[in-house]
Amino acid sequence: MRCPTKWPRLLLAEVLALAALGGTTAFAEEPSPARQAELTNLVRQDCGSCHGMTLKGGLGRPIRPSDLSGIGEDALADVILDGVPGTPMPPWRGLLSETEARWIAHSLKSGLKE
Amino acid sequence: MARWLLVLLLTGLLAPATLAKSDLRGTGDLGIVVERADGSVCIVDTTKRSIVSCIDGLGDLSHASAVFSRDQRYAYVFGRDGGLTKVDLLMQKIEKRIIQAGNSIGGAISDDGKLIAVSNYEPGGVRVFRSDTLEPVAEIQATYAGNGARSKTVGLVDAPGRRFLFALYDAGEIWLADFSAPGAPEITRFEKAGDQPYDGLITGDGRHYIAGLFGEDGLAHIDLWSGQPNIERILDGYGRGEVKLPVYKMPHLEGWALAGGRFILPAVGRHELLAVDAETFEEVGRVAVHGQPVFAIARPDGRQVWVNFAHPLNDTIQVVDVASLKIVHEFKPGPAVLHMEFTPRGNEVWVSVRDADRVDIYDTRTFEKLGSLPMRKPSGIFFTARANRIGL
Repeated sequence: MRCPTKWPRLLLAEVLALAALGGTTAFAEEPSPARQAELTNLVRQDCGSCHGMTLKGGLGRPIRPSDLSGIGEDALADVILDGVPGTPMPPWRGLLSETEARWIAHSLKSGLKE
Repeated sequence: MARWLLVLLLTGLLAPATLAKSDLRGTGDLGIVVERADGSVCIVDTTKRSIVSCIDGLGDLSHASAVFSRDQRYAYVFGRDGGLTKVDLLMQKIEKRIIQAGNSIGGAISDDGKLIAVSNYEPGGVRVFRSDTLEPVAEIQATYAGNGARSKTVGLVDAPGRRFLFALYDAGEIWLADFSAPGAPEITRFEKAGDQPYDGLITGDGRHYIAGLFGEDGLAHIDLWSGQPNIERILDGYGRGEVKLPVYKMPHLEGWALAGGRFILPAVGRHELLAVDAETFEEVGRVAVHGQPVFAIARPDGRQVWVNFAHPLNDTIQVVDVASLKIVHEFKPGPAVLHMEFTPRGNEVWVSVRDADRVDIYDTRTFEKLGSLPMRKPSGIFFTARANRIGL
């Protein structure tokens, strides 16, 4: 209350900082490059156990960008974090942070890089 | 006289001119290791602990498995992309490769060695091929629910008498396909096996088929020696009503261990192995382990069971002494231990350490590391001795 203009200023600062970085990313923070490499390996190798290493499906459904057109990034991140009850899709909350789940959701929908 | 004839044969008088005597070798100590990310398999020699040769061009090998011809010369490799590849271990080349479906999970070879069956996700069902030419023999569509829907199939194994068994993941059924008579197979359906069977095994004597259920707290069992085989539920409620932990990797049942009169089974969603009496199918004990078990594989003599674990605890192996149900050894081979395969009499074990790009070899008595071979993202390890075992 002492400084009611602080929040807008902070937000503005963040927006400016993001713009300064030149990032096209939609989220305020991203996993580090090293962690991104780990997450990509996790998706290919461990998610790949059920969804296929090329993500075209297996016991689990296919999760290529064309297969995910009907679900938004936030909803997909929620599926990753909370799983799908009644199916073998487990909740990854506890192993993955919300930021990491969101990054994976974004990567899946836009096409996972190598 | 006979000895002279043998010498003549071996010196090449009657043998093909291209085959030098020094090239002759048996295949009983060979095997393959799947390099899952590169679509290649490496032929390995378990006597020399060496890589003989790596072969490319097998497609998407995530979750690949293999069976062997009864002469142990050929490996049939089942790839995720529906590929069925016949690899000649002696000539170190692909003999033939077909894409038989869009998405498959595993396969089996009939007891006479003449049929290769493949378990498919897309389209669902099982397809059967001649082992010599890979020409199609039969298609089992695994339809259910009366509307033509085809179920994903899992847990495909061979059974004595030119038969195959498999479970229908979507339908909750187990089917027996009998190819003993010429023509189309005779299908026996066992309905209401349970919710979401995810894999199956047959015991080494070909008597018991057991399917693991993801959707229920128990397993489905069929005694094939019974006059009227049917589904019996076993270990109902082994989770004791507790909420199971998130399962980051499905256990594999092919490696389920029958040892010392007990089955040692990985529990789904629990950090436990279940010990079950092989006669009565009653639970006789539990072993608390490091994480969620993926494979629990018995050393061929049955004295030890080696266990690996699901993500994120998959850097560890524990060894259980079957007689005492105690853990007698624990070690960390490295990141992402995916599979273990014993040499035919169990003196050594090969371990794939996927994220270290290595296969390590250990002495199973001293647990000493005997060697290490570089491979790219290694997963399944399959030795030719499997050719002589029902269900592998």
